[in-house]
Parts: sequence; structure tokens; C-alpha cells
Amino acid sequence: MNQLETAQNPQNLKRVVIDPVTRVEGHGKVTILLDDDNNIHQVRLHIVEFRGFEKFIQGRPYWEIPVLVQRLCGICPVSHHLAASKAVDMISGVKQLTPTADNLRRMLHLGQTLQSHALHFFHLSSPDLLFGFEDDVSHRNIIGVIKDYPDIGIKGVKLRKFGQQVIEVISGKRVHGTAGIPGGMNKVMSIPERDKLLQNIDQIIGWSQDAVKIAKDAFLLNEDYHKRFGMITSNMLSMVREDGALDLYHGGLRAKNAEGQTIFDHVDYEKYTDYLLEEVKPWSYMKFPFIISLGKEQGWYRVGPLARMNNCDFIPTPLAEAERQTFMADGEGGLVHASLAYHWARMIEMLHSAEAIKELLLDEVTIKDDLIAHGKKTLEGIGIVEAPRGTLFHHYQINEDDTIEKANLIVSTTNNNQAMNEAVRQVASEYLDGHQLTEGLLNHIEVAIRAYDPCLSCATHALGKMPLYVELVDSQGQQIDRLVKNSTGAVCDSLI
Amino acid sequence: MVDKVRIATTSLAGCFGCHMSFLDIDEKLLDLIELVEFDRTPITDIKTCGPCDVGLIEGGVCNSHNVHVLKEFRENCKTLVAVGACAFNGGIPALRNHYELKDCLEESYINGIGIENPQIPNDPEVPLLLDKVHPVHEVVSIDYFLPGCPPSAEAIWTFLNELLSGQEIVLPYTALHYD
Repeated sequence: MNQLETAQNPQNLKRVVIDPVTRVEGHGKVTILLDDDNNIHQVRLHIVEFRGFEKFIQGRPYWEIPVLVQRLCGICPVSHHLAASKAVDMISGVKQLTPTADNLRRMLHLGQTLQSHALHFFHLSSPDLLFGFEDDVSHRNIIGVIKDYPDIGIKGVKLRKFGQQVIEVISGKRVHGTAGIPGGMNKVMSIPERDKLLQNIDQIIGWSQDAVKIAKDAFLLNEDYHKRFGMITSNMLSMVREDGALDLYHGGLRAKNAEGQTIFDHVDYEKYTDYLLEEVKPWSYMKFPFIISLGKEQGWYRVGPLARMNNCDFIPTPLAEAERQTFMADGEGGLVHASLAYHWARMIEMLHSAEAIKELLLDEVTIKDDLIAHGKKTLEGIGIVEAPRGTLFHHYQINEDDTIEKANLIVSTTNNNQAMNEAVRQVASEYLDGHQLTEGLLNHIEVAIRAYDPCLSCATHALGKMPLYVELVDSQGQQIDRLVKNSTGAVCDSLI
Repeated sequence: MVDKVRIATTSLAGCFGCHMSFLDIDEKLLDLIELVEFDRTPITDIKTCGPCDVGLIEGGVCNSHNVHVLKEFRENCKTLVAVGACAFNGGIPALRNHYELKDCLEESYINGIGIENPQIPNDPEVPLLLDKVHPVHEVVSIDYFLPGCPPSAEAIWTFLNELLSGQEIVLPYTALHYD
């Protein structure tokens, strides 16, 4: 598919643009170049905004960083807060948190994963899966889901609510709270707080099981089509625990190739720069990471729920592990590569999060008050977590005066940059090639992107929306087709 | 049947946190959709803002697209509300105003750790950045400001209820905070 990244003679081609991609977090657009016979020559997903966090956090005191950088993203602020907190632990010389602080950090992260996965599946993607990719645009949203399937819509709202409540209890606020401090956590969980969460947890586990079933049934209902849609094969990267278990908070880096063979395993993440580089391309603000040993052509990989299912040896909670086994059986002995299988994997992780939250709530260590560990300060810190969307890297170097000198962030979505581009190319060549443009057709491309749950807010630290306007011009620049979405969402030939 | 109030929302140079806080009204969302209908928002596939009663803007203004979208909202929304710290004063993204834009770009794409093929993205498909990040009221007139990073779900709910019922908007002191 790589030949579709850059056309040989772009000056003679027609340009189609989808701007913006919607029902994803953040701002991206897709451009497609075709010849006069509508053969596709180039497809690109562009990330078009830029923030500059790496620069403007220079000179800030290092202990401020977890609170500052979580403003990268209001959807997964906890992931940034915790990756930065882990880096700050390392700067503080703390290698091992107290058991209570470790439990609280983990529960905070699981609450984040639960709410983010619920948001993405129910609020953003379920309309495509429940109504079909070509459903009417005014209906194809969470409001439509609540009206047509109130049971599903309300469960989605309540699952997200519970995840947010876990975050609120531990960090003080649902969005941009504070919890992590150098070497530990800033507050104990009280018994009433714990009991309040315990009251609802069994219901949440039950609803998460329902959600796995919805995602699984939707995928299997039209299995051949869903497997083929946006199908790519790739390397997979994630963190795993020492014993190979799925672990969203801590572990070593594991990479497998498309056939499932190990590329590297249990790599100490402090050495990530020996294994990964990021390529800059002139047409996107989002960089393109790759595994150094494989080179930039072959070394791109996928992260997130699909990669984690494929990479881990087991999930350490029983209900989610049973679902993982069903999921992997679908790969018939190999890895599962279908883009749309991400939804199914994501719901299995939501179930795991609910189960693991319960275990932590029932662990008496969680409500103890030994929150801080101490160590000898160093000048560099690296923190990695498995954020909802994939492996998240935070790396800071500080001066002797305790201020940030240098920072490097590889956010989860950036890791999937090449993969999303490849998936979009696959869908464009299969469904767009030589076809009359329709709104539903355009949504096919967006469905492929949505499978990856990209957070373009994280990736560029920016957002923005433009009207959707697609035009097809011939090689002389003459417009031959044009589609516009008006304010009611209807698609027509012009704005009038 | 009374016509529903039409609401549009967007996030410019923000983090989506204000939108998340809006969704944190939880089950009240079911009550809200009895009273309002949504125009362009990140959760619908409506891509341009049409005539609306209320527009909610999250985020500051950092590039030419943000300017375009903000003007589109001002032209179409009877009441325009700046929601959250970034819309108010640029917020965290405006920390880059202390530096030259060129230095910010070079740090990310040339001098960063582990960069292959260093260059500053310059394709025509990549839109123009403004040299500074601006609050929204420097670009269009704003009718209401709702503070917070983000404003709490309660503050957003109270604000919308009072705005929609035509009351004077009074937020309790505890709801007016800036972190």
C-alpha cells in the first residue's frame, strides 16, 4: 500500500478532501489524489495543528509537569498526568512506590481507561456499528442511539460516569484533577469514598460484559466484510507485565511482527530511544515512529487495544481473559489484524478495567495512608503507560536548578499514524476507486479512522473544525463533482 | 410543541476538556436533549454551523482555521459563550507566546530527541499557524464568559438552564474558579 503515500506526478491529478474528520477527538483531514479514470494515486491523513509543548514547558519546575502536561488532552488527562508522574518519580530517584500509592495510581488509570473506552465506543463509534456506515447524517450520532436504543445509550452514559467518578475520588476533579506528586500520591482514599464506588462496581462489570457482547456481535454479524474493511497487517507494540500479562500501568516493551514472532521483549522502557525513532514528513504535524531495527519502511507498528490483545499472554482478570481467548481464536492461530476488531478489543479492556477496579477496591492496602517514597534526585526521567489509545512516552531532562531543559513526548495516537494512513488507503482504494462520491462513501473513510480512536488533540495538542466540502476536479482544474454538508447535516450539491 | 433551542459547540485550540465536562452532566444529557437540539458539535457529523440560539466555544485561537471557525460561529449564533480558560485568555497553549513560533517548531521537528529526517512540516495542506495564541474575544465579540479549567459540569448545567429560561445568570461563588 505504501505506493499510495506519494503520487509520482501530482500536478496532473484531481484532489478530493475530507475536512474535518468527525466523531474523533481533534482535527484531521484526508486528501486523495485521483487521475481522470478515478484511479487513486495518493491518500494522506493529515494532522494539521501544532502546539509546541516540548518548547514551552522548558524552564518550568519539574514537579509542575504532571499538572501542566495533562492539558494536552481533556479526554485522557490522567494518562498524561501519570506518564509524567512516573517520569518525575524517576527524577526524584524513586524506583518503587509505596503499595498504597501504586494501587491508587493504578485505579486512577483504570478509571481513565474505562471512561475513555466508553466514550469512544458509545458516544462516538456506536452509531456506525448500530445504524450502518451510510445511515442518515442527522441521525448517525449518540442522540440517535439514545432515541433508538435507549438501553444501550444510557448504559454508555453511566459507564462513562463511573470511570469519571473513580477519577474524581482519587484526583479531586473529573477533568484535570491532581493526584501524582514526586514519589507518590497526594491524598488517601477514605473508607466512605471506597464504599461509594464499591456500591456500583458489580453493575458496572455487568454492563461492561454487555458492551463486549454488543461489540463482538456487531463485528461477527457481517464478519467477512468487517474483517476486510480497512484491513492491514502490521507489527504490534505494547507494554506487558514481567509474566507477560496485560498491564496498562507498568511493564516492559514488547513488539511482535505481523506473523506474531517476537521483535523484542521485556525491554526496559528507559531505553526506548535505542528501539524507536520518529520520522518527520512535510505534510503532517504528527510524526511517524518506527522500530529502528526494521527501518522506516517496514518498522511502523500499531498500538492500543488491538496491539495489547495480540501482544499479551493473558489478561489477569477472569471475565476479560475469557473474552480475550474468544477474540484471539478469531485470528485462527495468528494475530488479529482487522482494523474494526479494535472496537471489540477496546470493550474487552473496558471489562478488564472494571474487574481490576473491583480488585483494588477490595484490597485493604488501597485505603492505607503511606503515600510517599523517597530517593536521590537525578536529572532525567522517563515515564511510560499504556494509555487508552496505546503506549504513551514522556521523557524529561532537567537542569541543576530543577527546571525542565528538554522534553520528548510520543503520544499514543502518533504511534498509529502510519497505520491509520494505511487503513485509509486500503478503504479508499477498495470503496472510492472509480466511484461516484456519496456522503456514506465518505463516512467509510472516517469509520476506518475512528476504529483507531485517534486523539488528534493529544497528537497535535490542538483542535479545530472546518466545514465539510468535497470537490472533485479533473486534471484541467475543472470541477466535475461537488458535495457539501449543510448546517442540518444534509448532503447536497451546493451550499444554497 | 415548542421549538427546541439549537446549540452548536466547537473546540479550537483547546484540549476537549470543556466538552468532557459538558458530558459530565451524565444522565441530565437525557433531559437536555428534550429541550435542545445540537447543530455542529464534535459528537455529530454536522460540519458547518447553521443558525443557532447558542454557541459554546472551547479553546483559544492559534491558526487560520480557528479564526475561520470562530467567525462562522459568531455569524450564526445569537448568543456566543467563551467556555474555559483557553477561550478566556489562551490558557496553557498560550504559554508558547513566550517563545518565537520558529523556536517551538524547531524544538519539535529539528532539535527533538530521536528525530529522523528533521524538517519543519510545510506542505500546502498544513494550515498557517498564528505567531501568538489569542483569546477568542480578541477576534469576535463574546456575550458570556464561563471560567474554569474546565468549568465544572454543574456550572455548565446551571449556566445553560438559566440562559435557556431567560433568567439572569447567577453562579454560586464556589462554581466560579479558574483552575
